[in-house]
Amino acid sequence: MLDNNQLLRFTTAGSVDDGKSTLIGRLLYDSKSIFEDQLEAIENTSKQKGHEGVDLALFTDGLRDEREQGITIDVAYRYFTTPKRKFIIADTPGHIQYTRNMVTGASTANAAIILVDARHGVIEQTKRHAFIASLLQIPHIIVCVNKMDLVDFKEEAYNKVITQFEEFSSKLLVKDVRFIPISALLGDNVVNRSENMHWYQGAPMLHTLETMHISSDINKVDARFPVQTVLRPQSEQYRDYRGYAGRVASGVFRKGDEVTVLPSGFTSKIKSIDVNEEELDEAFAPMSVSITLEDEIDISRGDMIARSNNKPEPRQDVEAMLCWLHNDPAKPRAKYTIRHTSNEQKAMIKEVIYKIDINTLNRKPEDIQLGMNDICKVKIRTTKPLLVDAYRENRTTGSFILVDESTNETVAAGMVV
Amino acid sequence: MSKYYLNYLDELESEAIYILREVWAQFQNPVILFSGGKDSIVVTHLAKKAFFPSKIPFALMHVDTGHNFPETIRFRDDLITSLGVRLIVGSVQESIDTGRVAEEKGKNATRNALQITTLLDAIEGNKVDCAIGGGRRDEEKARAKERFFSHRDDFGQWDPKNQRPELWNLFNGKHFEGEHFRAFPISNWTEMDVWNYIKRENIEIPSLYFAHEREVVWRNSSWIPNSEFLQLDGSEKIETKKIRFRTLGDITITGGIESDADTVEKIAQEVAAMRQTERGNRSDDKRSETAMEDRKKQGYF
Ligand SMILES: Nc1nc2c(ncn2[C@@H]2O[C@H](COP(=O)(O)OP(=O)(O)OP(=O)(O)O)[C@@H](O)[C@H]2O)c(=O)[nH]1
Ligand SMILES: [Mg+2]
Repeated sequence: MLDNNQLLRFTTAGSVDDGKSTLIGRLLYDSKSIFEDQLEAIENTSKQKGHEGVDLALFTDGLRDEREQGITIDVAYRYFTTPKRKFIIADTPGHIQYTRNMVTGASTANAAIILVDARHGVIEQTKRHAFIASLLQIPHIIVCVNKMDLVDFKEEAYNKVITQFEEFSSKLLVKDVRFIPISALLGDNVVNRSENMHWYQGAPMLHTLETMHISSDINKVDARFPVQTVLRPQSEQYRDYRGYAGRVASGVFRKGDEVTVLPSGFTSKIKSIDVNEEELDEAFAPMSVSITLEDEIDISRGDMIARSNNKPEPRQDVEAMLCWLHNDPAKPRAKYTIRHTSNEQKAMIKEVIYKIDINTLNRKPEDIQLGMNDICKVKIRTTKPLLVDAYRENRTTGSFILVDESTNETVAAGMVV
Repeated sequence: MSKYYLNYLDELESEAIYILREVWAQFQNPVILFSGGKDSIVVTHLAKKAFFPSKIPFALMHVDTGHNFPETIRFRDDLITSLGVRLIVGSVQESIDTGRVAEEKGKNATRNALQITTLLDAIEGNKVDCAIGGGRRDEEKARAKERFFSHRDDFGQWDPKNQRPELWNLFNGKHFEGEHFRAFPISNWTEMDVWNYIKRENIEIPSLYFAHEREVVWRNSSWIPNSEFLQLDGSEKIETKKIRFRTLGDITITGGIESDADTVEKIAQEVAAMRQTERGNRSDDKRSETAMEDRKKQGYF
């Protein structure tokens, strides 16, 4: 395998039973990424459950309850490598009750595979997931029209789904959408080209994933470095060392760069960029490094280092899209903990501007109750300024979560507009 | 292709370092669960990198089943000395002696399940609020479901059906008194990645991972090493084979494989061609279909 192979993280999406887990099983199986003992184990389980063949969904549906109910409850992560690329797969649940787990798997993805059952077409849950994928700004979307074997591999059935999906997605902000007709169960157009659908000229799914261009997905312009912790060694040799440890959120930092530390506004120059005993000339996203500055400045966790000629505006009032992930509905004007990069503050939902109707994507300004799985536009006020960018420009400095202080639960995912 | 992208191993390393620093920043008293196996050695190496030039700010916690490979203990003690970190030992023998747990009986008896009590006692007794593990999602199907920051209630239990959402790289380590977290910095690594990383970073590992002539007995489809704890039944006999171990755990249940791989390069090649998962040789996972999930719910590593 090439040492300079890139990682592609992708997620599955789509309604319950549309075949997501089966597809991942098929992908792993046909790409020879399954070990013999794993295969043996699921062959046995399939037999016990009275299945005819091997139930490929069992590769990812690993929990007892999932196997009993035949559905996915929580995200399963799977890994595989081809000579071209290395993949991290998040197989997510389609059931509406577990939307929070779908969002978990999708939040870090470069690509989403949205499955649609060719017999049923685009339904509400397909729309919800497609909308969440667009909200999360997943750069690449592959719509797999699945179960083509159940519609006699007919091109009309495939085209019907494309029309339905495009009608809906024209209202979404997605740049790269492709369509593939597949049968996850039989393997058509997953790894190998289908023998049953000669009318389809495009590439099978794996080839599409292997060749998709992902280098330009990261923001390389706006240099942002949230400080996670300060390294102050107690040793003789490094007595004066004061390193700001963190992970570059976006952009590139170079030795000698003029930087501003926020929120204090002090300026300095980058003296060194270190990883372990090694000094680097530059650091870019998503590298974890430690930065030292020419001047002694008071910096702590939650602060951000940015280049002086390009820095985020400190804002106490933020408008954001909020995805509510908890059974307890949002409490108007209640205090939540907001976590944004390495920063933590108190925040309040000051106003719900509108809720989105998932089916029509219409805004409903009259409906401002925020409950489980609702997606709303809100105004948030924080006790101290946040150093945010718009989410569409920066997935790291544009995202935040809300935590309920009375339960410690993560209740919402937010994207700054 | 632009020069501003990381290769997969650098990206995995960077992710792990980020998580280790988050653990340090969000918890009062985190420890690294150190088994002496390659995964916990890699996590310890990553911790060294994450905090350099400071020392690793965590203690290492070893849950000692009392059934050790002597090499593991020597390796552990040398590592502790060279890193200058504190070692906490939770002893299964002590848990047995004080009546906290009862030893299993019979030929297939193991101390595997007993470790749960010892581990949870050690976590509680040392007021540990986050235990960092070397668990990887590719190891086992229940582990494939684990979050980076994984919540444990005040009984140390995992609730896989009700995990907190974990969005982007924003980790929520908030918890009530008595609860704790498990953190898994190398969640996204595969066995192959671990070996490639050991090779690249030149990380020292116990000689048990390399092929050597050893006394072993064939049991449950793998080669179990001879030790003072081994009880043979009539049909079993001790043989000498060239063996190496893919994982290290309790000596009584860790099965080896026949191999000639005596360098990290050869091991990496061998692993790349492997058709069985590494845990396929561990009888603790073979006990039932959901053995790992059941143990993890109770508080296992
Ligand atoms: N005929 C046919 N059946 C399929 C195909 N793909 C999946 N199925 C079946 O559809 C059912 C549901 O498949 P899963 O893979 O579990 O669906 P899922 O989308 O993962 O479901 P959740 O994760 O619970 O949302 C199973 O019985 C599969 O065997 C296909 O291409 N053709
Ligand atoms: Mg599924």
